[in-house]
Amino acid sequence: MTSEPNISERFVAHYEAQKAALPGAGIGWLGALRGTALEGFAAKGLPTPKSEEWKYTSLAPLARLALVPAAAVKNGLSAASLPWLLPAKTHGHRLVFVNGRLRPDLSAPGRLPEGVALTSLASALAEEPELLAGRLCSLGALAEQPMLALNTALMADGFVLRLAREAALERPLELLFVALPGAEPVAYHPRGLIIAEAGSRATILEQHVGRGQGPYLANVASEILIEEGAALRHYKLMAEGDQAFHIAIAHVRVAARGRYESFVLADGGRLARNEIRVRLDGPGAACALDGAYMGRARQHIDNTTFMDHARPQTTSTELYKGVLDGYARGVFQGRILVRPDAQKTDGRQTSRTLLLSEGAEIDTKPQLEIYADDVKCSHGAVAGELDEEALFYIRSRGIPEEMGRHMLIAAFLGEVVEQIASEPVREAFQGIVAAALARKAGGARE
Amino acid sequence: MLEIRNLRVTVDGKPILKGIDLDINAGELHAIMGPNGSGKSTLAYVLAGREGYEVTEGTVRYKGRDLLAMSTEERAGEGLFLAFQYPVEIPGVSSTNFLKTALNAVRKYRGESELDAMQFLKLVRQKTKALGITDEMLKRAVNVGFSGGEKKRNEVLQMAVLEPTLAVLDETDSGLDIDALRIVADGVNALRSPARAMLVITHYQRLLSHIVPDRVHVLAHGRIARSGGKELALELEAKGYAEFVEAA
Repeated sequence: MTSEPNISERFVAHYEAQKAALPGAGIGWLGALRGTALEGFAAKGLPTPKSEEWKYTSLAPLARLALVPAAAVKNGLSAASLPWLLPAKTHGHRLVFVNGRLRPDLSAPGRLPEGVALTSLASALAEEPELLAGRLCSLGALAEQPMLALNTALMADGFVLRLAREAALERPLELLFVALPGAEPVAYHPRGLIIAEAGSRATILEQHVGRGQGPYLANVASEILIEEGAALRHYKLMAEGDQAFHIAIAHVRVAARGRYESFVLADGGRLARNEIRVRLDGPGAACALDGAYMGRARQHIDNTTFMDHARPQTTSTELYKGVLDGYARGVFQGRILVRPDAQKTDGRQTSRTLLLSEGAEIDTKPQLEIYADDVKCSHGAVAGELDEEALFYIRSRGIPEEMGRHMLIAAFLGEVVEQIASEPVREAFQGIVAAALARKAGGARE
Repeated sequence: MLEIRNLRVTVDGKPILKGIDLDINAGELHAIMGPNGSGKSTLAYVLAGREGYEVTEGTVRYKGRDLLAMSTEERAGEGLFLAFQYPVEIPGVSSTNFLKTALNAVRKYRGESELDAMQFLKLVRQKTKALGITDEMLKRAVNVGFSGGEKKRNEVLQMAVLEPTLAVLDETDSGLDIDALRIVADGVNALRSPARAMLVITHYQRLLSHIVPDRVHVLAHGRIARSGGKELALELEAKGYAEFVEAA
């Protein structure tokens, strides 16, 4: 009796079929790493709601897909068909990936300032693998994170950004990941590595967009090392196709006086999960994780964060705001850990959600674990409906109801989008939010 | 301008207004006074079209049309304005943007051209000065972090900008000190005109020494218990509402 392979068996088969052709196939340490990762994944399988960290996000619909590994797509897109998100005066550097692999013909890395090196993961493994040894997978725990393990086993490409001491990337780096789903549902596993040496700084805008119809899996992993006094602004737009699964995990380590700022805007995909795990690893290390999401129909949007205050005098803030309509489901899990010697820590976390329909739902799980006594920590999670009193007030001034609703929703999300420090990114994200709300308002009229 | 006939309203099934009759003509300013819980604010909300107030009987005609059949925003477009007893805070929406959106919505409803940013600013500047409203206040989110007096002045500013034909002021004097009261009263008086009717709802007489009414009505237990000229307000000030509370 034969049966369809289950999803874990499929991924193991992907590995067996591809391993000889994956980048860095001849490199001993990498082969061992991939092997360990695959074993780790195979032992645990796809995460299920039985695991605490996936309590509210089920991958059962993904498990039903007969996923195939994404092959390299050599053509079928033009650079002109991929508009830049930011205005021309800020254009500097752009890498374009199609189904997870760099497409040099679509990319425009521009002139990188001294001390800044940017390559694809495949080239880095081909040209200077010793640089990646001990750095790839230095932050994540393969045994505990099946999707990271899967990414590690199957990563076929991605990017490596290195900022030397005091180097500064003045213009934002756009990383555009385009999905081109085919006849069969594809899976790809892009990997990013950022090393920001002491005193360096950069702004990164990572976008994930879908072209065409059909389901696919983008299983994204990144590792970000921020050394002393370095500062990184990391903006991410998740705008995958309607049937897409986007699962991402970022591991970040921030050394003394370093700063990591993240803003994630979720507007697309059937299921989008973005997990960020930050270790504040030296006095004065600071981190801000913010996000906005707009869910409709049966979308599922999961933001999961882990803030590890490992050293004294570290600060973190988190603000996530979402608007859910239709039968959309939101998840916010925020864990803050303050280790015993992390005195003078300041950690704040807020999640606010607006539920626009009876069918929309949000699950929030804040977790504070504090083992030091001289700390300031707070969390708050609020979910509510549109303020009817405010809406009546607005309408009593002659503003039509639909416009009033739009105004309140835009204001609600505006509060967090306004916090984006990079002006061009802020304006671009404000535009995306406004367009999404206008589409929604248009849809309501139809 | 406004004709209320036998208006009966329930909230959560409980009768609040039990047969109100009231006529206000263009150019007139009427005051409604009454003890707490007499239904004053209910009347204001029903006129503005707030949900949760069920009209079980009676009619309200405004400029000859059935007011109760109109949506809240239509009523505003037709020139009804309610100054709220408790103006609502709207985080994230700047006062300027709110006022401009409201004005242009009302102008559009009235078939007038919308104002651009420059025209709007010019119009607002004319109105803010007398009310002591600063540019800084206009930049803030609507009513967020405003003091009680600022909120009430902001209501009068909105009224001045939207130029209603029927203004209903619900306890606009509550929470104001004497200086703020005078500023607000001056703002209201400046809007009095032969084409405009006003209904001022208040618990206390003191507002009516600044805004002198043509008629005063006492609302008690959901009915107009007595009507008279402006001297009725002084009489109430002297005697209180005891006779109306006990009469029921």
